[in-house]
Parts: sequence; C-alpha cells; structure tokens
Amino acid sequence: MTEVRKGLIAKRYATERRFRIYGATALALTALFIVFLLADIVIKGLPAFTEPRVKLDVTGAADKVDAAKPAAGDYEAIVREALRARFPTVSGRAERRKLNGLLSQGAADDLRRMVVADPALIGKTFPFAALLSDDADLFYKGRQTGVALTKGATSLQFAESGEAYVITGDVAGLSPGQIVLVNEGALRITGIANGAAQAEALARPVTLNPAAAGGWNIMTLAKPEADRRISDQEIIWLEELKSEGVVEKAFATRFFTSGDSREPELAGLRGALVGSLLTVLVALALSIPLGVAAAIYLEEFAAKNRLTDIIEVNINNLAAVPSIIFGLLGLAMFLSFFGLPRSAPLVGGLVLALLVLPTIIIAARAALKAVPPSIKEAALGVGASHQQAVFHHVLPLALPGILTGIILGLARAFGETAPLLMIGMVAFIVDIPKGFESAATVLPVQIFLWSDLPEIAFQSKTAAAIMVLLAVLFSLNAVAIYLRRRFERRW
Amino acid sequence: MDMMPQAVVTPPSPRIMAERQVRIEARDVNIFYGEKHAIKNLSIAIPDRAVSSFIGPSGCGKSTFLRAINRMNDTIPTCRMTGDITLDGNSIYDRDLDVVQLRAKIGMVFQKPNPFPKSIYENVAYGPRIHGISNSKTELDEIVEKSLKRAGLWEEVKDRLNHPGTGLSGGQQQRLCIASAIAVSPEVILMDEPCSALDPIATARIEELIDELKQNYCIVIVTHSMQQAARVSQLTAFFHLGILVEFGDTDEMFTAPQEKRTQDYITGRFG
Amino acid sequence: MLVWTVLLASVLAVGAFLAGQTRASALRVAGGPALHSLPTYHGLFLASGVITGAVVAGLAAILLFGTQSIAVPAAAAIGAAGAGAALYPRIASAFRARNLFERFVLAVLVLCSAVAVLTTIGIVFSVVFETIVFFRQVSPLEFLFSAQWSPTSTPASFGILPLLVGTLLITFIAILVAGPLGLLSAIYMAEYASGRMRSVLKPLLEMLAGIPTVVLGFFAALTVAPLIRGSGESIGLTVASESALAAGLVMGMMIVPLISSLSDDIINAVPQSLRDGSYAMGATKSETIKRVVLPAALPGIVSAFMLAISRAIGETMIVVMAAGLAANLSINPLAAVTTITVQIATLLVGDQEFDSPKTLSAFALGFVLFIFTLALNYIALRIVQKYREQYD
Repeated sequence: MTEVRKGLIAKRYATERRFRIYGATALALTALFIVFLLADIVIKGLPAFTEPRVKLDVTGAADKVDAAKPAAGDYEAIVREALRARFPTVSGRAERRKLNGLLSQGAADDLRRMVVADPALIGKTFPFAALLSDDADLFYKGRQTGVALTKGATSLQFAESGEAYVITGDVAGLSPGQIVLVNEGALRITGIANGAAQAEALARPVTLNPAAAGGWNIMTLAKPEADRRISDQEIIWLEELKSEGVVEKAFATRFFTSGDSREPELAGLRGALVGSLLTVLVALALSIPLGVAAAIYLEEFAAKNRLTDIIEVNINNLAAVPSIIFGLLGLAMFLSFFGLPRSAPLVGGLVLALLVLPTIIIAARAALKAVPPSIKEAALGVGASHQQAVFHHVLPLALPGILTGIILGLARAFGETAPLLMIGMVAFIVDIPKGFESAATVLPVQIFLWSDLPEIAFQSKTAAAIMVLLAVLFSLNAVAIYLRRRFERRW
Repeated sequence: MDMMPQAVVTPPSPRIMAERQVRIEARDVNIFYGEKHAIKNLSIAIPDRAVSSFIGPSGCGKSTFLRAINRMNDTIPTCRMTGDITLDGNSIYDRDLDVVQLRAKIGMVFQKPNPFPKSIYENVAYGPRIHGISNSKTELDEIVEKSLKRAGLWEEVKDRLNHPGTGLSGGQQQRLCIASAIAVSPEVILMDEPCSALDPIATARIEELIDELKQNYCIVIVTHSMQQAARVSQLTAFFHLGILVEFGDTDEMFTAPQEKRTQDYITGRFG
Repeated sequence: MLVWTVLLASVLAVGAFLAGQTRASALRVAGGPALHSLPTYHGLFLASGVITGAVVAGLAAILLFGTQSIAVPAAAAIGAAGAGAALYPRIASAFRARNLFERFVLAVLVLCSAVAVLTTIGIVFSVVFETIVFFRQVSPLEFLFSAQWSPTSTPASFGILPLLVGTLLITFIAILVAGPLGLLSAIYMAEYASGRMRSVLKPLLEMLAGIPTVVLGFFAALTVAPLIRGSGESIGLTVASESALAAGLVMGMMIVPLISSLSDDIINAVPQSLRDGSYAMGATKSETIKRVVLPAALPGIVSAFMLAISRAIGETMIVVMAAGLAANLSINPLAAVTTITVQIATLLVGDQEFDSPKTLSAFALGFVLFIFTLALNYIALRIVQKYREQYD
C-alpha cells in the first residue's frame, strides 16, 4: 500500500471518528439540558416543601375566646401576644406592627383550627407552632441576604448616649451598616468618627459591661437594607428566635392541602390538583370510548374508500393542530355557542378530550394492527362473526397497547395549558372546586399563574408545583413504559 | 373471459361417487384480487365422507378457492367473486345466508397453527360458546373432552387444560386447532396446508387423524406435498395458474394423469 | 335533567336486555328449532333498540324544550318504551338478533369516528365565522400589510407583519438549535448506538418530549433569559430581558425529541440492502450515512423538519412566558419580539366581548395559524406517506 493511500485511509477514519463524536455530542447536549432543567427546578423548588414555624406558648384567654363559640375567637391577638412575650423590650406601635409582621396570617387560622378541634384548651397555656411570614421564610432559607458572623478580635467598650450608643476601643474593623452583637443586644453602626463608632440599638444590650476579645460578634449582611424586603431589625429578631432554638422547620403539608392564596406561605395546590383531576376525568371519560371505538372501526371494519381516507387524513392532521386552536374552538363553540359555564372543568375536559382524541386513536390503531391476522382468522374459522372475532380476540390482545396510548394521552391532557387559558381557567380561585361546573384551575395553569407573580416566594412555589406536575407525568410515563415492556409480544 | 381455456373436469369415478353424495359444488367460479384473476372458470363437485386434496404450484389459486368455500375471502377487501358455490345444494353466497352460521358448518384449519393465546380448554370451548351449542358447564366439558379425544390430543393435555394453548408444540397446536374446529360439529373441514409448519412425526400424526376424521366429515385439504396427497386423499384436484386442470381419483391421477401438465407437475418437471 | 335522563335510559336498557334474554331462553326447548342467535344477543338487540329510541326522542325533546325541561326524561322514557314494545314481539328462534345488534354496534363505531371529523369542522367554523366578522370591521389589507400591531390602543391597528416576523424569528432560532441536535441524535441512535444505549437514550428523549411546555416556559423565562442577558451584557451587548433568543433556544430543545424520533423512524426504514451495497464497496459508516442513507431518507427528513416548524409556530406557553408582548418589527434575536400565539393568548385571557375587533382579531390570528400549520402538516404527512410506499 502506498503512503498516499495510507494517508487517505487515515483521513477517512478521522472523518468517521469526528462524525461519530458529533452525534454523541448532540445527545450529550440534550441530556445536559434535561439535567440542567431538572436540577434548576429541584433546587428552586425544594425549599417550598418546608415552612418555618416559631414555637410559642399561647394562652387561650377567656376574654378572647368564647367557649361557646370557639371559632369566633380573636386568635390573631393571642398569637401576637405570645410572640411579643418573647420580646419584652419591643415597644411603640411601629415596632410592634413590624414584629407582628413576622407572623403569617395562617398562624391565627392554624390556632383556631387547633382550639376548635380541642375546646378544652380554652383558658389554658399550651405550646403552639406559629407559621412565619414568607419574608421570614425566605430569610431562613437564605434567599433574602447573606449573613456573615465574625468574632470581635479585640475587646469592646460601649456606652449609652441618649437613645444611641457609642462604641469605643478598637473600631478599625467596623464599618457603617454592620451590626455588633454584644451582651444579648444588637447595635447597628451608623457612623464612625474620631476613633469611636456611633450605633443605634436594634435590641438593647442587657448590661453595659465591656466585652473581651471573642466575647462579641460582628454581623455583616450582604445585601443593603434598602434592597431587601426585610429590615435589619426583623433579621435581628429572627436570628434571636433561631438562637433560642424555638424555630422549627416542618414539612409544608399545607402546600398540598390548601387552595391558592395571595400570601405565598399559605398558597397550596389542592385546588389545582382537584381541578386537574376533574378536568382530566371528563377528558378521559369522553376520549377513551370515542377514541377506541373510532380506532376499532377504522382498523377493523371500515371499507377502504374515499370517506375513510378523508377521516384518516383528518385524524392525522388533527393530531398536529396547535393546542391553542382547540382553545379557540372551546371558546367559540362550548362557551359562546352552547353557553356552557366559563372556567369549568366540564369545558376544560371537553376541550382536552378533543385534543387527545387523535393521540388515542392513532395509538389504539397501531395496537390493533399489531395483533396478527391469524388470530382473527382462527376465530372466523370456527364461525365467529367479524365483530365477535374483534371483540373477543383482537381487542383483548391489543388492550395493553391501547392502554399505553391512553396513558400517554392522559399525560398530555394533564400537562396541557394553552387551550385552558382561553376558556377562563386562569382565574384566581381560592376555593377547592366542588364539581364539574364550578370554577377551577388546573395544575399547569396554576404554575403559569404563580410564575407571573412578583413575590420571590412564589418562584419557589412555582418550581415546587412543577416538581409535583413532573412527578405525576413521569410516573404516568413509567407506567406506560412498564406496560409496554411487560406485555410487549413478538408474534 | 371466453379466451380462457376451459378446465377439464373429470367426473369422479363411479366407485367413489356411488358410495357418497356430493357435498360441495362449485359452478363457473371466478375470483379476482384487485386486478389479478386468481381463479378462472372453476367448476367442481366434492363428495362427502372423503378426503379431497388440492395440489399445484405456489400461486396456482388452490388456497384462494379453499378460502372461498367458507367465505374467508370476505375479509379481504379487494377480493371479488363470480359464479356460485353450493353446500348441499344451497348457495353459500346467498344474500340471506348468515356467513357466521356457514362457517360453523364449514370449519377451517390454517397453515400455521393459530391457537388463541388462551388456555387449551378455552381454545376448544370458544366455538361452542359463541354458537350456544352447550347449555351447561358439564355439557361444555364433555364437548371439549370429546373434541380433544377426536383430535388425538386428550391424553397429552388432559392434566393441563388450563395451560395456555400457545405453550404446546407445533404439532400439538395444530391438533388443538383441529379440536377447536370439530368442537362446533361442522360438516366440512377445510385444511390449508395443515402440516407445512410441522416436522415429519407431527405430520404423520395429523395424517392419521385426517384418515380417521374422513369417516364423519367431508374434508378438503390443500397441500404442497404430492406424497401427502397420495397418502391421505381419495380425490385429487390439480390447479395451475388459476385453472383447475384435472380432478379425479387420487390413484388414477398419480398413475395415469389425463393431462400433460398434470403429468409434468407430478413427475417434477415444474412447480 | 340530563343526568337523570341518562340514568333512566340505562335502567330501561338493562330491563330490556333482561326481558329479551329471558324470552329468547324460553324459546330454547329440547327438540324445538335451534335459535339463530344466543339469548344474550336477543337481550342486547332489545336493549340497543331501547337506547336508540331514548336517544332519538330525548334529542328531539332537547331541541324543542331545552336541556332543563322535564320533557327530556319523559320523552326519552316514551321513546324507549315505544321501541321496546315494537321490537319485543320480533324475538323468535329464527330471528337474527346478533346480526341486527352488530349493525347497531357498527353504527355506533361509525358515529365515534365521525367525532374527529366534526372536531375539524367545528374548528373551521368557529375560527372562520369570527374571522369574517373581524374583516367586516377591519380591512384585510390592513391586516396583511400594516406594520403595526396595537389592538388595545386607540385607534387600534391590526397589522400582522410584526407578529409574523416575530413568530418566524423564534421558529428559526428553534430549528437552528433542534435541527442539528435532533438529526445528529437520530443518526447516532439509528446507526451507532448499541441496543443497550438505545434503551437508555430513547426514554430520555421521550422524557424531554413529555415535559409540559409550561415548565419549559418557566425555565426559559426565569433561568435561560437572565443567563443570556447576563452573559450578553458582560460582553457589552444590549439584551432585552425577554429576548427572542431565550424563547427560541428553549423551544428548540422542546423540538429535539420530535425531530429525532421522526428521523430515527425514517432512517430505520431505509432498506439494509442500500447500506450493504455501500459497505461492500469499502465505504466507512459515516460515508455510507452521508452518501447513501441520508439522501435516501431525505424526503422523510424534510417532512420531519416541516412538522417541527409547524409545532414551533403553534407553540404557545414558552413564548407567552418568555417572549415579549410588544410587537416590534425586528429580526434581532436579542430584542423582544412577540408571536401570533402570544397575541391570541393575551387577547383572549380575561373578559371577551365578541363584538370588539380586539377579541375578534385573536380569531383572525388563529385562522392564519391554523392555515399555516395545516398546510405544513398536510404536505409533511403526504411526503412521509409517499416515502413509506416507496420502501414498502
């Protein structure tokens, strides 16, 4: 072999390798995208599954709760009092309001539920875990600002000067905005002049004794106060609660048990989940019988003629019509022409039924076609009618395949958003839908709605809702893959 | 159509026809698959209680004609037929005739054994069930047992009637299909190359079975094997290019065929 | 009332089934003539007659009196009873109940198949009707040729051009991403990957195909868009926060599984004999793929791309969440553009008045979208069909 030819072959093999690498790269990029997407969503969403609560000792005082009507009690005041009891130094209306703001509105509702369930609590003092606000939640999850604590390297002297404080000693390491934690107090530096630092108290120290090196701390907050939704004062309170060990992190069951809310920490998916369930139920109840019947007719009974051709072309094209067009159909036909109720799972289900119908027909036809004709001939041979052969033998054998198609259609219906926007399933609905005609929203639309809200806390909620949606869809797909593997038959 | 050479139909020899009456008769049958003219001007009379075999090279139309006898060609949309076929003097293509009842009278066994993917018992019981032949479970059990015995399969499967029929060996599957066919007490049994997927031992069992069955049934069998035709059948029909070339006593056909084409085929010059 | 009617009809049908079955069973006496059909079929026949009677009478009552009237269940009951009384005497041993029942079943199957056609007709009617109303108020010329789209301002203007350009820009970006990725993935899966790799890769791509677009939209708007904006600004480019690039990129990833699975099927349909011929001449795998397989599969691949384009044009949620609302006539991928689907969605979310051009314009946009995608799908499916026939 000449050198030239050898070189040419080497070149050809190099091209071969390169081509192969291109293909592998394309797949790797796609896989990377999926991993990145899922990781991003899980990282964003996981925090939403927990919520911080502060353990308080509440007193179901008789002046606030009437034993005869426990539901009407002023539980907000009870919880607030219990929290204030932890901060006896807080005074003044503005400060107290701020302190109350750390609690979620949900805390009072939780307490009401607890007392209504057990009226014997009235007049007693008992422990209660009060839900904190979304801002507090975000702070504890590190989403508000970075917090750095450093030990004071030198000794620290400080004195009161009116309302404010003056820190003397080695103040070279301090800068305005930092907070000095000393003697159970918190002093925010407001300025430094002449080797002394001026500071205001966020929490008054219990004594004015000087602190030795290492006996006090400097807290540095990464984000300036003006850029965050939570003030230094609130951070000090939250840090104090945390250091006292009364803050607990609990699984947020309310994320699954309550409906939508304007308050991020109270918003839950139950309404959307029930709405999705009702909508998908309607869609399946219609599309399964229609789709399977149509598939049986087209695959087994239809004569090959123009009409059948038209139906066939029509179904294939319908499968590729953009889903938003089905929304237009729902709006113009079901709402405007037939006058069905807006935002109802009934109409959503109707639209989704038409949307997944082609998917189910195509899958069911493929499954029917895969059954070997010898089975049908065997049945015809012993004198079964055509329909008996199909319904007794072909259909049962095609069932796993049909079921796989139905599950894939179900998954599609469950994740569909756009057409439901058109028929008004985008309203803000707090109540859990009661029936097929009551206003409802569905899980994907809930995701869309939450993703649009300005509160950062909702971002996490959205990602968490996506996790729930994907969990449902992936399990559906897993079932479909299992069915396919389990019942796949080679004839 | 008039250009077509007329088939020479040898009337069955008096020896055979004297003992038996004609069961199936076809007159001027033409069958088309779309444009293809698969059977040309075929006329034939098939006697009861005997085995008639159809032989001929691939694509000669023998299977097509067999399927026409119990109207299995109805399932092929492009297939058309003219002429008439009668069973006991009644046209099977009569408008008023229920094809389902016809197929109960004319059973069929296929080339590849095709048991339902169900238990052995269910395979045999299916026909009687849909025709309402039995009224009770015990009656159905009897039919299943009797059919399996007749098909010579009972001893092998009586302890595992609940096992799937598809788990049997090829030969057993084919006998199971024969059992299913006789379970509905047909009068005619059509067999479309019933042994082509079987080994020689299984084939011998089926041939024995066919020999026993001819006591009670009119049997028509399509086969590729001339030896098989010679072994099992009393009458043989030779098909070529859609034409029934010759039909007569098997013994005569293989010793002294009247047509040159028959002779060429039998002696292996083509086919 | 409808629920009650359905319940009532069901009860009557069950009753008819039992009556028919009992009567037919009684006909079966020893030595008597054999029944043509099993007693079950006599029962089913009677029940199907009763249902037909109930449905016909019930529908007539709905047309006359509306769905809420008590006349609906009443009419259904009368229809059912009438049909039952008329058909009951026909049960006899020679009566072909099975054949008639099977004819009923066939009719039901035909009706079910017709629903798909009715859906298409429904779509065409609802979209075309409102579009005609729209064009009575707004000139089609303005709609097609005006370069300004501002349906909510006064005076409103309805020029589709910026929307078309925006849609095509995002679609172009998407195909630019999905085309190479999808095609190369398909080639790798069909020609290089081992059986075990395929069994991992296929579900992975199916997983991507199964991710709802609202999820991809969230990802595009909250992760990809800021990422692009950040990296663009770090090299001194002005990037809109809702850039066409972000929406297009994510939409491209959405389409990858579509292109790869269609192309995979098509490449697998190329007969092995063609490949063997090329290998026999000493060609390498990649040469065989490039010179033989791909040219043979070209029509199929073209149609896969057409289906992908149609899918991208019609995609809604990703662009609603990640693309802009303002109708800028721009082909800069870093600028914010809007699309047809975004406009339909935003115009129709909230209250609709069916007489304002604002609402109606959404239907006109829907009409354009429908025609566009239908044409693409139709041609693509035709090509695939022709291609399949070629190798069957």
